[in-house]
Amino acid sequence: MKTKKSLLFISYEEARHICDKIQYGEATRMEQIKLFIRISWCNISRKYTQKNTQLTTLCQSANLKSLDKDKKDSLKKMLESKMSESKD
Amino acid sequence: MSSNTLDPTQWIDKYADYLYNYSVSRVSDNEIAQDLVQETFLAALKSSENYKGDASERTWLISILKRKIIDYYRKINSKKGKAEVRMSYNSDGDGDGDWMEERISDPHGNNAEEKIQNTELGLAIHECISKLPPKQAKIFSMKTIEGYETETICNELDITPSNLWVIIHRARTALTACLEENWF
Repeated sequence: MKTKKSLLFISYEEARHICDKIQYGEATRMEQIKLFIRISWCNISRKYTQKNTQLTTLCQSANLKSLDKDKKDSLKKMLESKMSESKD
Repeated sequence: MSSNTLDPTQWIDKYADYLYNYSVSRVSDNEIAQDLVQETFLAALKSSENYKGDASERTWLISILKRKIIDYYRKINSKKGKAEVRMSYNSDGDGDGDWMEERISDPHGNNAEEKIQNTELGLAIHECISKLPPKQAKIFSMKTIEGYETETICNELDITPSNLWVIIHRARTALTACLEENWF
C-alpha cells in the first residue's frame, strides 16, 4: 500500500518540477497523471501550475525573438576588439 | 550621486535580445534590426565617456537605438523621395467608390491592436529577462526562446539536467513575479 501511495502521490517540489517540464513538453504521461492528482487536492500546486501555464502562454503569444548564438559571439568579439583598441 | 555604471562586457548577454526585439518591432526586418543593434553597441561604446549614470544602462542603450531607428527611417525616406511613387488600384468595374474602404479596412478585425500588444508584451518579457542573473537569463532564453533540447544546453554549459531544471524553475518564478508587477 505504501509503495502504491508513493507511486501516485508526489511532493510539492516534485509537482513544481513536473509542471516546469510540462511547459516544455518533457513530462511523461505518468508524471502528468501524478501532477493532476496533486493539483486536485493541493491549492498551492494548482496556483503554481496556473501561473506557470500563464507564463508559457504569454511567452508564446509574445512571439519572442533572440539573436542567434553566432551573431552574439561576433558582436562580443567586435566589442572586445573595440575596447582593446581604445585602451591602446 | 548616480549609482549606474557601464559594463560593456555584459551588454550582449544582458541587452542584445531586448534591443533586437525592440528593433524588429520598429523596422519589421530581421537583418536591418540586427544591423541597428550592432550600430547601437558601437555608438554606445564610442560615447561611453559621456554616460553620466542618470539613467540605467538599458535605458541609455535604448535611447541610442531609438536615434539609430530614426536615422534609418530618415535615410530610406530621403531615398524614396527621389523616386516616383506609383500606386495602382485594380478596379474590376464594379469597385466604384470603395477604394478608401478597401485600403483602410482590416479584414482580420483587431489584428493590429493585438500585434502591438504582443510586441509590448515581448518587450516586457525581455525587460524581465534582463533583470535575471546572467546564467538564469541565458538558460531560460536557450530553452524557452531558442528551443534548445535539455541535453544540448547541459552539454554546452556543462551542467546536469537537475541543475538546469532548478535554474529554469528559479527563472520562471522570477519572471512571473516581474510580469505580475509590470504587465498585469
